[in-house]
Amino acid sequence: MVRYVPYLLVGILFGFVLVKSEAASWYRIQEMFHFQSFHMFGILFSAIATGVVSIQVVKRLGRRHALDGQSIEIPDKAPGTVSYVVGGLIFGFGWGLIGLCPGPMFALAGTGSLGAMVVLAGALHGTWLYGALKQHLPH
Amino acid sequence: MDWLIHPWPWYVAGPLIGLMVPLMLFIGNRSFGISNNLRHLCAITQPPTVEVDFFRYNWKEHTWSLVFVIGTGLGGYLAGVVFANPEPLALSPAAHDMVLSWGFLPPAGNLVPDELFHTSVRNFTFLFACGVLVGFGTRYAGGCTSGHAITGLSTLQLPSLYAVLGIFGGGLIASWFLVPHMLIG
Repeated sequence: MVRYVPYLLVGILFGFVLVKSEAASWYRIQEMFHFQSFHMFGILFSAIATGVVSIQVVKRLGRRHALDGQSIEIPDKAPGTVSYVVGGLIFGFGWGLIGLCPGPMFALAGTGSLGAMVVLAGALHGTWLYGALKQHLPH
Repeated sequence: MDWLIHPWPWYVAGPLIGLMVPLMLFIGNRSFGISNNLRHLCAITQPPTVEVDFFRYNWKEHTWSLVFVIGTGLGGYLAGVVFANPEPLALSPAAHDMVLSWGFLPPAGNLVPDELFHTSVRNFTFLFACGVLVGFGTRYAGGCTSGHAITGLSTLQLPSLYAVLGIFGGGLIASWFLVPHMLIG
């Protein structure tokens, strides 16, 4: 069980940040999609910049092993175009309507929001639907 | 303790979210991403009589990921309930006027509008349907904002750029053409 503690702590930090930065807010998402504030773009751009830089640092330092001894590898996403664009469009469309993507869904459900729990239940059904229809979809 | 109560600026929140990528690699060679948990939860709950191969794998190997989202929920509870910000969300003036023109009340204290999230059959049907879109779309695209926009772009992966363009396009369509008419025709 002890090996899961770091994941729990980092997860808590993530949920805390999502709520404190208001990234889990429908209002902020509408503001973003209408380009009325830099706030959400600042979060995304600085997060990506931090990610890019820290990945380069990890590579340069030559740190080959994670805490649990595994070697650090960054898997490539499977090649393709259709699934990424079409899947992204469907997800983005839902996100634009309710202002919650999967991370904020969990964070907001944690605040006791019944509505967020309903969204989460819907997302589980949507995921299952994808699994059931996978073979019939273009990828 | 004020900093625990007040909203955090982007230049604090963004880098902290970005640090998830190296932290997860460092802790256990994991790729940071949230929406896979939806798949694991399906794998856990799929009855043995239903045989969708996509959900037949050993989900126990992904316990770390489920622990992470349990943490995310706890973090949400701490930030939104224990250290709740008593002030209403401070939208930019343009966005404030915009949501009012759509028939919404100004933000009152919740992160999401009561008009869409308070308990009613109509709202919950809508929220569930949108959740289905999000769940279906993320799995089809192989990731969500965290897995593609943060992890994927941080590791310079082209498929993630396609996904992010799709996500943003879908969001623009919804936010410009549908949301303004949700409450008032």
